[in-house]
Amino acid sequence: MATKERISLNVNNKSYDLEVDPNMPLLYALRNELDITGPKFGCGLAQCGACAVIVDGRVMRSCMTSVRSTQGRQIRTIEGLGTPENPHPVQKAFIEEAVPQCGYCISGWLMTSVALLEENPRRSDAEIRQSLSSLKCRCGTHMSILRAVNRAAKAMA
Amino acid sequence: MTKQANFKFTRRDLLKGGGALVVTFGMPGWAVAATQDGGSLSKPPLMPDQLDSYLSIAADGKVTAYFGKMDMGQGVDTAIAQIVADELDVPFERVGVLMSDTEYTLDQGGASGSTGIRSGAQPLRNAAAEARRVLLDLASEKLGIPAEGLMVTDGIIQAKNQSSRQVKYEELIGGKYFHVNLEWNERLGNALNATGKAKPKTPDQYKVVGKSMPRIDVPGKVFGQTPYVTDIKRPGMWHGRILRPPVAGATPTGWDQNSISDIPDAQVVRIKDFIGVVAPEEWGAINAARQLKVTWSEVKSPFPEMDDLYDYIRRTPHVEENAGGGFGGRVPVDEGPVNKALEGAAKVIEAEYEHPFQSHACMGPACAVVDARSDRATVWTGSQKAHKTREGVAKLLELPVDKVRGIWVPGPGSYGRNDAGDAAMDAALLSKAIGRPVRVQGMRHEGHGWDPKGPASVITLRAGLDAEGNVIAHRFQAKGFSAWDVRSNEASPSDTLAGLLVGWPKNTRHNYGTPSESYDFPTKLHFWRTIPPFLETASPLRTAHFRDPQGPQVHFASESFIDEIAAAVGQDPVEFRLKYLTDPRDIAVVEAAAKAAGWETRTSPRRDRQSGDVLTGRGIAYASRGGTTVATVAEVEVNRQSGRVWAKRFVVAHDCGLIINPDGLKRTIEGNIIQALSRALKEEVQFDRNNVTSIDWLSYPILDSTEAPESIEVVQINRPEVAPTGAGEPSTRQVAAAVANAIFDATGARIRRVPFTPERVKASLA
Repeated sequence: MATKERISLNVNNKSYDLEVDPNMPLLYALRNELDITGPKFGCGLAQCGACAVIVDGRVMRSCMTSVRSTQGRQIRTIEGLGTPENPHPVQKAFIEEAVPQCGYCISGWLMTSVALLEENPRRSDAEIRQSLSSLKCRCGTHMSILRAVNRAAKAMA
Repeated sequence: MTKQANFKFTRRDLLKGGGALVVTFGMPGWAVAATQDGGSLSKPPLMPDQLDSYLSIAADGKVTAYFGKMDMGQGVDTAIAQIVADELDVPFERVGVLMSDTEYTLDQGGASGSTGIRSGAQPLRNAAAEARRVLLDLASEKLGIPAEGLMVTDGIIQAKNQSSRQVKYEELIGGKYFHVNLEWNERLGNALNATGKAKPKTPDQYKVVGKSMPRIDVPGKVFGQTPYVTDIKRPGMWHGRILRPPVAGATPTGWDQNSISDIPDAQVVRIKDFIGVVAPEEWGAINAARQLKVTWSEVKSPFPEMDDLYDYIRRTPHVEENAGGGFGGRVPVDEGPVNKALEGAAKVIEAEYEHPFQSHACMGPACAVVDARSDRATVWTGSQKAHKTREGVAKLLELPVDKVRGIWVPGPGSYGRNDAGDAAMDAALLSKAIGRPVRVQGMRHEGHGWDPKGPASVITLRAGLDAEGNVIAHRFQAKGFSAWDVRSNEASPSDTLAGLLVGWPKNTRHNYGTPSESYDFPTKLHFWRTIPPFLETASPLRTAHFRDPQGPQVHFASESFIDEIAAAVGQDPVEFRLKYLTDPRDIAVVEAAAKAAGWETRTSPRRDRQSGDVLTGRGIAYASRGGTTVATVAEVEVNRQSGRVWAKRFVVAHDCGLIINPDGLKRTIEGNIIQALSRALKEEVQFDRNNVTSIDWLSYPILDSTEAPESIEVVQINRPEVAPTGAGEPSTRQVAAAVANAIFDATGARIRRVPFTPERVKASLA
């Protein structure tokens, strides 16, 4: 393990200073150092998306992104999307469609969908399916997810 | 947006231990207030014959239901809140449900066999009805009006003829305990029930039951506020990881401490054959597990070649057999009558179906946190049975059961006996060893590699036909690994990896299944045979319950074979089923599914020539489960160049008796269909002679969003006169056969091995 270094992170518009192994994946910094536990550990291999966060507008897998590489960049997690009083349109659609079952994967689907639709909400169902195809959901909520993302796309267009 | 219904316990506060509510042991805020209010009132013991064990009403009128099962994301807690709200006559939003904490809930069996509502709701329904009766009595006394002259609306009791004379529930009981006895049936687990003097309402009186109330758990999950077991932090907590051998069955003979010397404070914990690492930080524990050089004993390769799996099952002598179905008593296998009938048949058809090991492959590897002290312990677990986890941890740590508290917290998915129970035992050993709370979460390769597997089997079917093509004999034989190599709970350390590694003896029991249907075939023999597990110690190919245990294996075979018979006698698959089905509810779902799907009556495979690379077809399969009955029509596209199958459309007719929440039911069924479709098309645990080689999502792919169907239509048959029978699993077991039958309809090729991979489908078309 590398020795710890001082790292500054900006997460959900708040600045944090940490002392961590700079090679440590961002996921562990968020979850264990900052208590931002929305992103989940699913595989540690960037194969499932449960850890997805948005960094400078692009969705990234925080389980394989070193904390050093995110220094000084704008990191967004599910906690920074919206609130029950003022939900992000994608969150609103996920609630209307009652998407999550166990919900462990849902932060990843939300963050990936947010990045996709904020870039361009005019997406066909086929594009949405393709863009989300690297995410896993073991409870099989795919139908609800697709309904919700299509609904959010319409709301945001 | 949808109104946030019901208050959710802010368990985050309690689980973290800080703050005003510390209560070390997670009691909801208003319930804490309840105990402080009127200090002379003491809480009766948590016993099944106490109304207070099921229900409380706080000073602000909020109602808590204490539920000894849990919700795995299918809306069971929401349904319980609906049922309690109706019985008590309080608004749905006023009811919260506290699930499976051994300190506050009874052992109702945890999540188990789609019984969340079927069994789990019964005592809560009865307790709520009794609470309403007691409150009416109290109101009668207070208002000086006989109970018959009172009515309840939204938790306010008032005179029927004079609304100004009223009293609220909370004014009568708020923050106090009922101290009312119920009649308990002396059972624990799924069968636990208790009744009061009050008679619960009849379905025509329901206001909330039967409505699509919004799921309680959804907003917390969508805003990232729901704490999972992986999110629990305790003061002084360290992180642990377990080392698993490269060859299954090998045991550690030593390790090189220097290999982890660069990781601050990392320690190795070895207890007999159990070896793990701990470190103050999770990243440290992960690196220690990666770096630690362990030497392992030399052992014989424990597994056959994977290509040999089904022949291995065929040739291995069985150790148990039963003609009594999955959970019934033992019925001896008497092959005489069916063999005689087959001998006398004009024609016999036979087919064999193969089903691989499958992994729960939950979204995250299992996690648990245990704080083991010298005289007590607390376990935070995502296990489906926190009461049993507590029991297993107590045995492992040699503590009295009542000194161990099990707290269920949502885990990374659960569809049966997954790896959650193992993580709890791992954490318990590590915590005891270092005298600190320890959090264990496996890495991905442990989740896939070492979770208990759905059992592999070979199923052989024979049917005898008379000269007119009527079925006169039907023989079903399953042979495979037991579904109870690991029991469905971890009440004994023998059923966990850690328990076996520290010397608990293996405790394999034998169980499999037979078809659940109502076909009237004159002579019928359905039985199963099981073979021993590969290993008598911790094994990555141990087998256990995985959603709808044995249901997918059994009904893939039995319902594919029904179509094979129908094809052999030249009948339409729906008509053929209707000819032999006897249960009116089974007939109704088959008819409803066919009707909604626009089923065209004809034989399979389709005779019209299809041009192009994409062939289409439709198939049906039906089966019941524990009183619920389901028929599923699948429409597929088969690409004859690639062999790729896309299940484009499903139509499911579903009858589970009284429907509590139609929207929740629809989503539960959709989830079952997708998971079962993934298992049918893609899932097969790979292994070599030494170990499981399906260790991540590349080596164990599941269905993705491009492969999801275009539509899943659900026909819900509501039967208010029939008590609810459960929906968590029953729509799983028809899927593989419906798809296989549709592939046959499209192509004329019969697929008899799961999964229906493109290579396999393409080979069958050649």
